Amino acid sequence: MQTNFLRKIIFDEKSRSLLIQTLVIGLFALFIYLIAQQTAYNLEKRGISSGFDFLNLSAGYDISIRLIPFTSEDTHFRAYFVGLLNTLMIAVCGCFLATIIGFLVGVIRLSSNWLFRNIAYVYVEFTRNVPVLLQIILYYSILLHLPKIKQAIEIFDGFFLTNRGFFSPSPIFKEGFSLVLWSFLIAIIASILIKKILKKKQEQTGQQYPIFLINSALIIFTPILVYYIMGRPLEFDAPVLKGFNFKGGMVIRPEFLGMLFGLSIYTAAFISETVRSGIIAVSKGQREASQALGLKNNLVMRLIVIPQALRVIIPPLTSQYLNLTKNSSLGIAIGYADLVHGFGGISLNQTGRAIEIMLMVMLTYLTISLTISLFMNIYNKSVQFKGNA
Amino acid sequence: MTTFSNQSLMRNKYYNWIIKNLFSSWVNSLMTVVAIIFIYEVGTFFLNWAFFAADFRTNFQGELITDRSFCSKNIMPGEYGACWAIIYARWDQFMYGFYPIEEVWRVNFVYALLPLAIIGILFDKLPFRKYFIYFTFIYPFLAYFMLYGGPGLSVVGTNKWGGLLVTLFLGVTGIGLAFPLSIILALGRRSKMPIVKSLCVVFIEFIRGVPLITLLFTANVMLPLFLPDGVNPDNLLRALVAVTLFQSAYMAEAIRGGLQAIPRGQIEAAQSLGLNYWQTTRKIILPQALKIAIPPIVNTCIGLFKDTSLVLIIGLFDLLGIGRAALADMTWTKLYYEVYVFISLVFFIFCFGMSRYSLYLEKKLKTDNS
Repeated sequence: MQTNFLRKIIFDEKSRSLLIQTLVIGLFALFIYLIAQQTAYNLEKRGISSGFDFLNLSAGYDISIRLIPFTSEDTHFRAYFVGLLNTLMIAVCGCFLATIIGFLVGVIRLSSNWLFRNIAYVYVEFTRNVPVLLQIILYYSILLHLPKIKQAIEIFDGFFLTNRGFFSPSPIFKEGFSLVLWSFLIAIIASILIKKILKKKQEQTGQQYPIFLINSALIIFTPILVYYIMGRPLEFDAPVLKGFNFKGGMVIRPEFLGMLFGLSIYTAAFISETVRSGIIAVSKGQREASQALGLKNNLVMRLIVIPQALRVIIPPLTSQYLNLTKNSSLGIAIGYADLVHGFGGISLNQTGRAIEIMLMVMLTYLTISLTISLFMNIYNKSVQFKGNA
Repeated sequence: MTTFSNQSLMRNKYYNWIIKNLFSSWVNSLMTVVAIIFIYEVGTFFLNWAFFAADFRTNFQGELITDRSFCSKNIMPGEYGACWAIIYARWDQFMYGFYPIEEVWRVNFVYALLPLAIIGILFDKLPFRKYFIYFTFIYPFLAYFMLYGGPGLSVVGTNKWGGLLVTLFLGVTGIGLAFPLSIILALGRRSKMPIVKSLCVVFIEFIRGVPLITLLFTANVMLPLFLPDGVNPDNLLRALVAVTLFQSAYMAEAIRGGLQAIPRGQIEAAQSLGLNYWQTTRKIILPQALKIAIPPIVNTCIGLFKDTSLVLIIGLFDLLGIGRAALADMTWTKLYYEVYVFISLVFFIFCFGMSRYSLYLEKKLKTDNS
């Protein structure tokens, strides 16, 4: 009887898996229970209270880089939002810049010129084999050792490079500027319609139209026309040196620039590799076939190579975007006020609510990661093979 | 009949190569000229900065450089060369951290044996490979005893460790500990048991969804809260826990890729021979899957090795942390190019070496299978 039972457990797959799973979940529950109990005991012993009520307390520290107003009297919860917005800001700007550099370098790596190819190769190997944190700190150090405000380098009229950041004129929107924006929007919608109509016409008659030229002219010139009709409703407020600092204009802090350069130059090296392998993956026959059909070189690239390369590029590109977003948490090393630096660092030190704060920070990153994958998956589906290929 | 001499054929070959790769069209020729100017300008500047105009131990007057005011560039207005004296002055810290100087031979001993411990894993056609593998298993215990101390050796606390020692310790130990864990996770994720599978999926996706720095913070702040009194791991150990968990999730995904590449027929054939799950996994699936997965595994290792620099944020002195400490010292401040270029070079040598190895393996596997 007993041997029968044992035999069943060892040799019958179903009961064996049931037993293993019960064991696993039992051990896991025990593990969680022990940790929870120990933590509760430790917290009580150290007199640390728990709960999320601290979110409504005044933060008591200032954040210099912020997208929404924030003073030291504001709550920790608002500090969380300021940090989150800063994280998102650096992530979006970084992904944007990294994509541009990455595509550029990826194409250069396939250039027919041996020297260009190898310069790009050296760039890729040197940036991706050095820690991103080191690069961020290096760029930040360089920015911090720029001339002081008194000896600011003027690049163009009104643009200054100093050790306190990059100063530039800020735009002032006067009445009527919204019309310019509206005209821009309408031009885009119109261009989509025009594209549809002309495509249909092309299918009916076989006649090709310079759709791209017409639409870019439409999108570029309509807002400019409206801008001049409305009497140029945009002015610039240039920064002027007054005493020890600049008055007016706007400033991009060295912390932000250091993060931006570090993250995008590092990630671009990885993106360039995915772009390169994506373009290589499109078989030569495809290119030759389209040339045989009489397509011009730029059309071969736009209609044949890039759509197929994107299928290969998108999945690894997604993970590079995710990496960049996660690496934006390194802002703490140079004082960029992101989620980890402000809320996860200073708020944690002030309130001592380590568990709650780390939980919130981690869940936030998890949400951002999952959202990016979700959107990139949807986009990925739209560029994959249609039908049952 | 035309006959070419060997020499002219060779010349023709080079000539063709140059035409094809540098001057195939007028755009290409223009690019070549631009590239040559660029390489010349950047190259001469860098070489001058790093070597010809640089100070090593002494400045241009022949004085030994003991602080930054002796650097040529701080004496002569026109000088701009690097001042490598900071690296010489801090060499011991870069290599060993704050390890007592009379005990440093122990670290050197461990460093010297590291290649012997790794070489057996790296090259499968090595003569006497079996013994090298045995040594690989002994090495961690030996290294721990030598570094930390014990009977016969004085104890050197991990708070004294630093520089390359911490970087290598976290990198090598993290990878070593994560490897078995990641195999379990990868197998768990492919398991048919729903509870085991979902636990593994949640663990892997959670770790991969958050930045390493939050894990380091969590380990640093919360590990003491989770553990009973008396059990208080030091900072380095806490960082090691975070790094290991982090690495195991990424490695598990690499191994899962290898597992997925094994055709079902292999499993079915093994089962039809009467092998059970563990026998099938250990003898048939894993050897093949791991072989396929080595290049991506090495890639995650490169990532981890670079990520060890993050521990400076929780107050450990790895290579980068030591560099920052050197720059914070008033006698050496402002020599940040020298310090960061040096540290970059160290990281580059290790990471580039690993990536070359991964490429070599990829090539070898390709020829093996065909």
